[in-house]
Amino acid sequence: MTASKTQKTTGLAERLSHNNVFLSAAALLLSLIVAGLVMLIAGYSPLEGYAAMFTGAFGNVSNLAQTLGTATPLIFAGLAMALAARGGMFNIGIEGQIIAGAFPAALVGAYVQGLPWFLHIPLCFAAGMIGGGVWAAIAGFLKNKLRVSEVILTIMLNYVAQYLAEYLANYQFKAEGMLVRTETILPSAALTPLVPYTRLTGGIFVALAFAALMWWFLARTTTGYEIRAIAENPFAAEAGGIHIARRNLLTMFLSGALAGMGGAVEVLGVHGYFITNMTSGYGFDGVAIAVMGQYTPVGTVVSALIFGALRAGSTSMNRMTSIPGEFIQVLQALVILFVSTPGIVRLVLKRRRQKKEA
Amino acid sequence: MYAVEMRGITKRFRNVVANDNVDLVVKRGEIHSLLGENGAGKSTLMNILYGMYAPTSGEIRVQGRSVTIENPLKAIELGIAMVHQHFMLIEPMTVAENVVLGYEPKKNGCFDLKKAIADVDKLARDYGLFVDAKEKVENLSVGTKQRVEILKALYRKAEILILDEPTAVLTPQEVADLFKVLRQLKESGKTILIITHKLKETLELADTVTILRKGQVITSVPVGEMDEAKLAELMVGRIVAFDAEKAAAPGEHKVVMALRGATVVKEKRAVLENVSLEIRAGEILGIAGVEGNGQTELIDVLTGLQKLHGGAVVLEGKQLPSARLTPRAMLEAGVGHIPEDRGKRGFVGGFTIAENLILGYHRRKEFDNHGLIRIKARDAFAERVAEQYDVRMDSIRDTVGSLSGGNQQKVIIGRVFAQDPKVIIAAQPTRGVDIGAIEYIHAQLLKMREAGKAILLISADLEELTKLSDEIAVLYAGHIVDKRPAKEYDEKTLGALMTGHAQGVEEKEA
Amino acid sequence: MEDMLSIITSLIAGSIRVSIPIAFAALGGTLSERSGIINMGLEGTMLIGAFFGVVGSYFTNNVWLGLLTAMLAGALCGLLHAVLTIRFKCEHVLAGVGINVLASGLTVVLLQMIWDTKGKSAEVASFSNISVPGLDQIPVLKDILGEVSPMLILLAISVVGVWFLLYRTVFGLRARVIGENPEAAGSMGINVYRTQYICVILCGILAAMGGAYMSIGDIHMFSRDMVSGRGFIALAVVIFGGWHPAGAWLGSLLFGLAQSLQYRLQSGSIPPQLVQMLPYVATIVVLIFARGSSRRAPAAEGKHYYAKGEQ
Repeated sequence: MTASKTQKTTGLAERLSHNNVFLSAAALLLSLIVAGLVMLIAGYSPLEGYAAMFTGAFGNVSNLAQTLGTATPLIFAGLAMALAARGGMFNIGIEGQIIAGAFPAALVGAYVQGLPWFLHIPLCFAAGMIGGGVWAAIAGFLKNKLRVSEVILTIMLNYVAQYLAEYLANYQFKAEGMLVRTETILPSAALTPLVPYTRLTGGIFVALAFAALMWWFLARTTTGYEIRAIAENPFAAEAGGIHIARRNLLTMFLSGALAGMGGAVEVLGVHGYFITNMTSGYGFDGVAIAVMGQYTPVGTVVSALIFGALRAGSTSMNRMTSIPGEFIQVLQALVILFVSTPGIVRLVLKRRRQKKEA
Repeated sequence: MYAVEMRGITKRFRNVVANDNVDLVVKRGEIHSLLGENGAGKSTLMNILYGMYAPTSGEIRVQGRSVTIENPLKAIELGIAMVHQHFMLIEPMTVAENVVLGYEPKKNGCFDLKKAIADVDKLARDYGLFVDAKEKVENLSVGTKQRVEILKALYRKAEILILDEPTAVLTPQEVADLFKVLRQLKESGKTILIITHKLKETLELADTVTILRKGQVITSVPVGEMDEAKLAELMVGRIVAFDAEKAAAPGEHKVVMALRGATVVKEKRAVLENVSLEIRAGEILGIAGVEGNGQTELIDVLTGLQKLHGGAVVLEGKQLPSARLTPRAMLEAGVGHIPEDRGKRGFVGGFTIAENLILGYHRRKEFDNHGLIRIKARDAFAERVAEQYDVRMDSIRDTVGSLSGGNQQKVIIGRVFAQDPKVIIAAQPTRGVDIGAIEYIHAQLLKMREAGKAILLISADLEELTKLSDEIAVLYAGHIVDKRPAKEYDEKTLGALMTGHAQGVEEKEA
Repeated sequence: MEDMLSIITSLIAGSIRVSIPIAFAALGGTLSERSGIINMGLEGTMLIGAFFGVVGSYFTNNVWLGLLTAMLAGALCGLLHAVLTIRFKCEHVLAGVGINVLASGLTVVLLQMIWDTKGKSAEVASFSNISVPGLDQIPVLKDILGEVSPMLILLAISVVGVWFLLYRTVFGLRARVIGENPEAAGSMGINVYRTQYICVILCGILAAMGGAYMSIGDIHMFSRDMVSGRGFIALAVVIFGGWHPAGAWLGSLLFGLAQSLQYRLQSGSIPPQLVQMLPYVATIVVLIFARGSSRRAPAAEGKHYYAKGEQ
């Protein structure tokens, strides 16, 4: 057995993923049950709550559209976390990168004039990607140069981004009126709703395209191979001639760019301008989504759709019942915890099986 | 009366049988050698005795009493102690703190460091183990660290001492010291079990030897009835050829790669100082030295993993500018690297065999099409190399982490040799590999030598070094203290030079 | 001159005051990390502590019972984190993120249940300052430490307590060993898990005390997400303080100074958003400097230990 003792470095992605769709589904179900129990203890009816949620998410075409529209930025947030993890890094700063992407996208949308929509919209996207990417790359740079954990760095940068954007929206770029927001974007930059009065825009197709792009990048390109190698074993990657610092920086930039796209889509499709607190909670949604999606692009899209439904549903649960919409956060926390501790899920499944056999 | 009786021990890990109905009987007050190849089940058996694993079935008796050993705590209570191959020491803490761990002396409910130091000092003196109890472990040599491990066992009043591959990391002098200590412990009535795959040590030290192969006991006999050839045959299951006579490689042996006055400074200390050496085509230059004397830095400089703080690297007559001293530039220039710690530097455990076989060469035109991986070309290449280098696997899509140590090493060697390198930096190429694979790897290295490759071989195994090398340089405290044709060395002089105990070394130091 | 002195003393007094919550959390984080467990959930645990401090004080009308309630809730958070990371081998960062999100949601849900609002709780009894005999007689010093919150005294006791625990008791020696090399500890028959559980639960209690100071020490109510990053700052302070209890307190004081300056600047002409950014930028800067110190993280920090029979 000495052979198995040789030092083995396991990568982040390897430790995190268990490549098991079933496990994710079981964890989601378990989370729903536990959250339901919490509702019950809190004196609410979980059935009523979930029913309201379900109707809110899938009840009619416009609700369904709302679900898909809500899922759009979440797909980007989830992909951002997933890409970073596949490159060996915890990017907990997605929220800040969404802001860093949304803000320049809003400015380009409002101030660059005379472009047709098919140039203006991509230009806004580019601004969003660069904004988010650079914001994340700051953390990547500091991690490389100073060996500071990217986790604390990205979290701190969340707060900095939030206050910086708030400052800019309050002074230099403040639009007329009471709200702390930027000027409204020009019609040539706007993504129009596919179903009237919902969040669903062509952005969802852009999101799906980026998910496909990410899969292709990781599986088929040499640079994707290098990034995965670093996540699995940085020492071997280094000996294999891979420039770790440069690749880490790229990983963070790409991860931030995905988050920034989420911000841009939200500005162009939903609000029409940058407004403070427009992104609240998307960052940690992204963590939960990527974890539940086992860090694969396909899994991330599927779990983003589920979270979109939960978010859209929770808004109507909040409206239709007395149950506070914040239950969604409890549910989300449970999803993170259950999916990342497959042991708990397995234990529960085993107990059930034993009961059945007995 | 027996100190240890293990009867019918079987241990299964999922579907692997590590121990199959094993009997082990150890007399009180003897030195008992547990001999076998890697993966023969020696460590598993001892981990069972030490309470780390629970046996699937079987009975254990200690000092005649039938016992169940649920955990190490129970083992310690029964007077059993284990010195692990990878020392279980806390580097930033003192010797005393390390030794008393788990049985700490207390005063008024608090940890009594003074008494701990006094106790450990006394214990060390009583057994003639010279260690300063107040010194931090990180400042000690490997041999001294091992003495701390033995002190830990004695502090717990152990009567039965298990040592797992105790000589793997020691110099010949340290081995001699260790054997002296072990014999002395035997005199004072302790029972000693050593896990080893080294035949000479077994013959020199042990009273009785139990040989394990593939999880089963082959035989258990007094050492007096054995010789090296017999032991080897029993251990491996066939007759082993010990010496491979090597002929001089044809062609001109010109210098391919050289170091000129190479200096590396770490934490304000020169770990490599003014080192010059030449690696010639068709020759193997061996590097002898105790771990931590600059070998790792030497490897890292030659493979571009470490920047130079002085001196130069010369490749085919041209001095490389410092911008070219990167792993990628070195790989592109034809310097192949077999890393000393394959789990760390050698392969990506979660990647497939195919993916690992191109690592380092993945940017080459044959595998890379303007940034895209040529998957078909890669897989065809992987199939060919895996077959040529005898990698035992189900598919090239298996992860390398799932292979045995020997096969992992074959993947690395295949990867390097298949790219037709000019220079090969081979560090510990046979560490943790079974005898069959060792013979194979040695043959491959000699084949490369005959093909005119310039090879640098770094090995802790002096037998391997003297057998394969044409010339040997001895590295001590970051200096090359001696360099001669391999034939002029025996293990004893090498060992003396490696520890700085030879003439001339002092002068060079000053 | 007189004026300058009073500005400095009030700045120092302010720094000490605002450093209290971070110091409690950083102290807990130090203890937890020395035993090898990274507690990213400090933020959520503080929030839970802040909330339950108010809940306890509201229902009993006794601020000490409020603090006790917070400590119990914190112990439960610690237990949860310990079960997830030790028993179920959850990636430490993810366990922490989960606890933070849970705390953020749960406190609002409970806020709605108890006070029918999502913003602020009702006003409750809170700690009032007590005068320190002796210190309140000395000039200058009396302006800084003459009248202090009883929780500052608790903090001082906790700093000494954690130091004593880590460096003077057998338990602490073992905890430090586990943080460096749990396999070595396990092979010497030490119960690795029990030691880690105790450290992580104590960490939860300390972090919750820090949170409670914010709600029932400094002001007298709970407001939504009131911890706003202090738990994460505390994690940075653990690093900056070199994984030493005294270092944790000193590091917190530095942040207290940054924040205290922030309050002072807010009344000036600098835009408030930029001023609010200060502590977070300071954290990044401090992390950059912390790298220069020779202290290093416990070697086995964040790694999972498998006792016999597992995996």
